[in-house]
Amino acid sequence: MTDLAYLALITAMVTAATPLVLGALGELLCERAGVLNLGIEGTMYAGAFVGFLVAGNAGSPWTGLAAAVGIGVLAGLLVAFLTVTFGVNQHVAGIGTTLLLIASCDFANRLLYGAGTVPQVPKFPLLFPDVPVAGQYLLTYITFLLVVPAVFLTLRSTGFGLQLRAVGENPEAADAAGISVARTRYAALVIGGVLMAVGGAFLSLAILGSFTLNITNGRGWVCVALVIFARWRVVPAVLGGLLFAFVEALQLQLVITPAFAAVPREVMIALPYLVVILALALSGRNLRYPGAYLQPYRHT
Amino acid sequence: MAACAALVLAACGGTTGNEATDSDKPLVYGVFATPLEEPWDGAIHAALQSAADDGEIVYRHTDNNNSDDKMTRTLRDLLANEQPDIIFGDAFASEDATREVAADNLDTAFVFGSGEKPVDPNFDVFDNWLQDPAYLAGMLAGGITKSNTIGVVAAMPIPEVNRIVNAFTMGVQERNPAATVKVTFINSFFDPTTAKQAALAQVAQGADVLFAERAGVIEAAKEEGLPVIGMMVDQKAEAPQNVVTSLVWDMRPTVNHVIEQLNEGTLTDEGNDLGEFSFMKNGGSSLAPINTDVPGGVPQELIDEVEARKQAILDGDFVTPVDESAPSGSTTVGE
Repeated sequence: MTDLAYLALITAMVTAATPLVLGALGELLCERAGVLNLGIEGTMYAGAFVGFLVAGNAGSPWTGLAAAVGIGVLAGLLVAFLTVTFGVNQHVAGIGTTLLLIASCDFANRLLYGAGTVPQVPKFPLLFPDVPVAGQYLLTYITFLLVVPAVFLTLRSTGFGLQLRAVGENPEAADAAGISVARTRYAALVIGGVLMAVGGAFLSLAILGSFTLNITNGRGWVCVALVIFARWRVVPAVLGGLLFAFVEALQLQLVITPAFAAVPREVMIALPYLVVILALALSGRNLRYPGAYLQPYRHT
Repeated sequence: MAACAALVLAACGGTTGNEATDSDKPLVYGVFATPLEEPWDGAIHAALQSAADDGEIVYRHTDNNNSDDKMTRTLRDLLANEQPDIIFGDAFASEDATREVAADNLDTAFVFGSGEKPVDPNFDVFDNWLQDPAYLAGMLAGGITKSNTIGVVAAMPIPEVNRIVNAFTMGVQERNPAATVKVTFINSFFDPTTAKQAALAQVAQGADVLFAERAGVIEAAKEEGLPVIGMMVDQKAEAPQNVVTSLVWDMRPTVNHVIEQLNEGTLTDEGNDLGEFSFMKNGGSSLAPINTDVPGGVPQELIDEVEARKQAILDGDFVTPVDESAPSGSTTVGE
């Protein structure tokens, strides 16, 4: 174990956790309002693609990030339109949204770049590149220092947070108390969509400065699992994201450490997923779902 | 709105290929298992497209035929409706299914990227035999590393990848027996985010030269200010201060040979292994021009050594060994 570069491990963990934390918090907001948003994988993908596309054309990652926020709003509105306004089955609406968004992005990518090389676009620089652990992208700082506390405090201590939880637990009672269930769920899905899309844009605008097919590679689905693992609470969701990223970073180091040469690499690659499954198995018993989980609500 | 319509029309043109204008030219179809954006199929597509641009063939293509079922349906459909003279593609995802369709259509030549044998009379196989440039790149990496640690990020331990990684390692070994080569497989053909993380983990363990068998690694080299070796096409433009050279695959010699055979009328006489046409001595692979403007530079004597070995390969005086066994995660080449 002496070969491991511990500081690099922590640095890699925080970087890799950033998109997971953003996505998981976005999903958590949706689910606390009573809507399972399986559009997450597609929303992250669209955030990555649109952010890349606009950053390339505008010459600034900030413009790209703003565009990712925009597509996150649209994706959230689409899921809200289907699940809140029409009361469509949430699994179908979410998976449909994911399929639609990924296919649209791949199609646009083919139109714009043919099968040729996708260009590099302006990306966010590393802050403090020479300082261990602190050498991160600005979005990582924003995520952990601003977004996480903001989501935590909003849910716990604001009127909007109370409304959001109320429509997720007992929409009838919330409605009777004068809270618009539909409007609150729309808001939750739109804010959630923005967080997801920014999480995706982190991949293209901070980590890579480019876009490739399958850029999110299932990270959205990991976020869905993290929210359940966290029992719909903010701090455990963040810790879960950090744990997953830690094991991922750890296996990438172990696999090139001579002491672990005998361990089959398949086991190494499966490690982060095994940890999440184990964590889910341990923490996922006797789950108490949000009261109105998966249930559409009609104002009567 | 008009721009949108134009884009959609352009898209139709893009995915179905150019209109057949000259009925004298052979119709060649590309039937790919992955999206064209995948660099492997992208290299085949680029060669066929360039042959079409040179006016030698009429070229159309379809991609993402990623299952036996889809591949079979696509092949049978276009054989029935468009009667192509030659079908190029990659059979790795459906080796048996493609051979089954070929056996039912003996007048059409099937030329497929494959890890298995050709089948008489009409199923030829090819592969990306990049061991020659991989060996040369390994010599370069072994010569410029100062920490004696080199990182390789590759897709997965399949023969096509193994022989490139192993040839690279042998090249390192020749030039620098004290060096350690660290190999990470990311278990995906397409996951640049993980590839970058894997490369950073290698840097954290001392690697100061990287080989980007997969996309994502060059970005890590850029951030860390390290030299990196690219793959499939000359990737210098992606990081002019970091990319030392690239392993380049050119399918044009294979395509030219197939067209020649078609014109001679011998293409469907027997199934051939066209792998040799991807060898460096046949122009099917190469090492991109060496870029000395990288961190630490590249000494002239090292370049001379690599050039001399390249000449030996071209002259047939040196044959790069082909080793398709899975490399371990961390190898000290001198041991």
